[in-house]
Amino acid sequence: MAEMLTIQNLSAAYGVRRVLEDVSLTVAAGEVLAVIGPNGAGKSTLVRTVSGVLPLQSGQVSVGERPLHSLSINERARCLAVVPQARQLPGSFTVRETILLGRTPYLGWLGKSSRQDQEQVDWALERTCLVELAERKVGELSGGEQQRVLLARALVQAAPVLLLDEPTTHLDLQHQSSLLNLLRSLAAEQNLAVLIVLHDLNLASLYADRVALLVNGRIQAIGVPREVLTSANLTAVFHIPIEVIAHPAYGTPLVLPDGVAHTAVQQPAPTKLNGQSPFTYWQ
Amino acid sequence: MAWKPWPENCIRNCSNSNLREEDLLPAYSAPLTFMTRTRSHPYLVNWLLLALALLASVAIGAVYIPPGTVLGIFLAQFPALHMPAVWTETAVIIVLSVRLPHTVLVALTGAALSGSGAAYQGLFRNPLADPYLIGVASGAGLGAVLAMARNWPDDWLGLYAVPVAAFCGAAVTIIIVYNLAKTGPVVQTATLILAGVAVSSFATALTSFLMLRSNAELRRALGWLLGGSILSGWTPVLAMLPYLVAGLLLLLSLGHALNVLQFGDDQAQQMGLNVERTKRLIIFAASLTTAAAVAFSGIIGFIGLIVPHLMRMIWGPDYRQLVPLSIIGGSTALLVADILARVLLAPQTLPVGLVTALAGAPFFLWILYRSKSRVTW
Repeated sequence: MAEMLTIQNLSAAYGVRRVLEDVSLTVAAGEVLAVIGPNGAGKSTLVRTVSGVLPLQSGQVSVGERPLHSLSINERARCLAVVPQARQLPGSFTVRETILLGRTPYLGWLGKSSRQDQEQVDWALERTCLVELAERKVGELSGGEQQRVLLARALVQAAPVLLLDEPTTHLDLQHQSSLLNLLRSLAAEQNLAVLIVLHDLNLASLYADRVALLVNGRIQAIGVPREVLTSANLTAVFHIPIEVIAHPAYGTPLVLPDGVAHTAVQQPAPTKLNGQSPFTYWQ
Repeated sequence: MAWKPWPENCIRNCSNSNLREEDLLPAYSAPLTFMTRTRSHPYLVNWLLLALALLASVAIGAVYIPPGTVLGIFLAQFPALHMPAVWTETAVIIVLSVRLPHTVLVALTGAALSGSGAAYQGLFRNPLADPYLIGVASGAGLGAVLAMARNWPDDWLGLYAVPVAAFCGAAVTIIIVYNLAKTGPVVQTATLILAGVAVSSFATALTSFLMLRSNAELRRALGWLLGGSILSGWTPVLAMLPYLVAGLLLLLSLGHALNVLQFGDDQAQQMGLNVERTKRLIIFAASLTTAAAVAFSGIIGFIGLIVPHLMRMIWGPDYRQLVPLSIIGGSTALLVADILARVLLAPQTLPVGLVTALAGAPFFLWILYRSKSRVTW
């Protein structure tokens, strides 16, 4: 497989605080790579750094053969599109307007759109099942619909690499799986290299070709889900006992945190006053 | 490396394959504007209102000159039309030498304040930004007074020096306020207004100090600070025009960039916009137009708040349309305020800044009240 996104020895920092340390990974065209890890591991920072918003301290990011830092911001947006989290959206644009703004790298300074731009928008609207909502205001949509708008906006950037920052965080189960299904089929169909930051380990296991486990800014493990999502790996990272069994239908790893019994021990016993509950005490 | 963005057959390959390509054609043949709201009528309405306001502004005053006469006097300026002169020579002088230059100055000032107000609102992603409230107008005023106190207009450059000094004051102010107010990815209303108030008070205090220290001639400028021009005739209009035209043209070109900026700095850059350069351009253009207006018309508040807000409410948030509409509507609004200022206590003329503040401050409070749920303190 042709490597589309290559990240080599990437380091990044906020001020003096190092957030990413020597991160190296590749994503091939048509492949979905999930980045998982505990809170504060640097997952979102990875997206910000790779997309060029946060300057990289050392290392290199390239799309195909082209190193990103040598490109202009406009050229970079043609190589790499980002799907942010849905809660950061201006609400008063319509769906169509919002998606058309994804064509910015091709539009020129005044933002005049051509017929081709409009066709791209129509295609993306249809592909993300938003045709009926095209003239609605983004602020009136549900979280799942807004996330699809952002995906459509990234799609019309026509970039070979797609980065997604926890796109399923605010979605219910149905929307989580339909979004990730859509993403998988888009990756295969358009030969996109997809790097997706996911919180949910089981979603990563089900939908990703490969998984990268990011801990304290370093890649702890990378490989197919079966190799990375092991009981030993996850228990060490998340500090609670975690069991991994095979998914009954697909045979993929199914992650079962054993946290219930573990945390129950640490919970303080319910307060009792003279053997009564506080509610009966005052009666 | 060559990748094909989309295969030719992508439309046929999509999941809703029962939709044929022909079914999609009507959507393409419909007017492919950025938004369905973009139609010509907002411009028609606004130009019409502006024409009426211009006519009324020339007609109304201590001596009422009927609009028909005003139009006749305008047309008589073209000798080819052979208009019969049915008006007095005094009426011609009043219209052409007194009221017309004043009207044009007011119209240009309104356009500048409202256009830059729209740009500041887009820059701060906050509907309560206004050249007056965020202190830019006071900064420009300080610059202008400084230039006058140093006698720049007499020594060199003439009146053209005043807008330059005002621009320097405005630019310094906006940079300070911007850096004070930007505490996170979003500029909070409270921080923005507080920073504006603080910087504005400082600039106003310095301005007052300069005035008290200077001669009586400059003390006349106190009236100017409240939004009454001290110069009459075509001189201030001509001195303001080059700066104003440059600034407004730049603002008009920034509509698309302002649209993209509404997604925040990170997303805007990921969408291919050079965010830093764009912000510098917006600040430059908006400060230049504000400075040109303040230099000759004084500090007039709230026009840059009310007009873009109304335009956004009626015709939508697309800055490519919002900026031009705000510019036209700003002219109209300030002309109406100026007519009121001349009529309300006639024969005494109120400073126009007083009228806009009386109308604008309650409006500001209303917006603040409406957006209360969204404002986080």
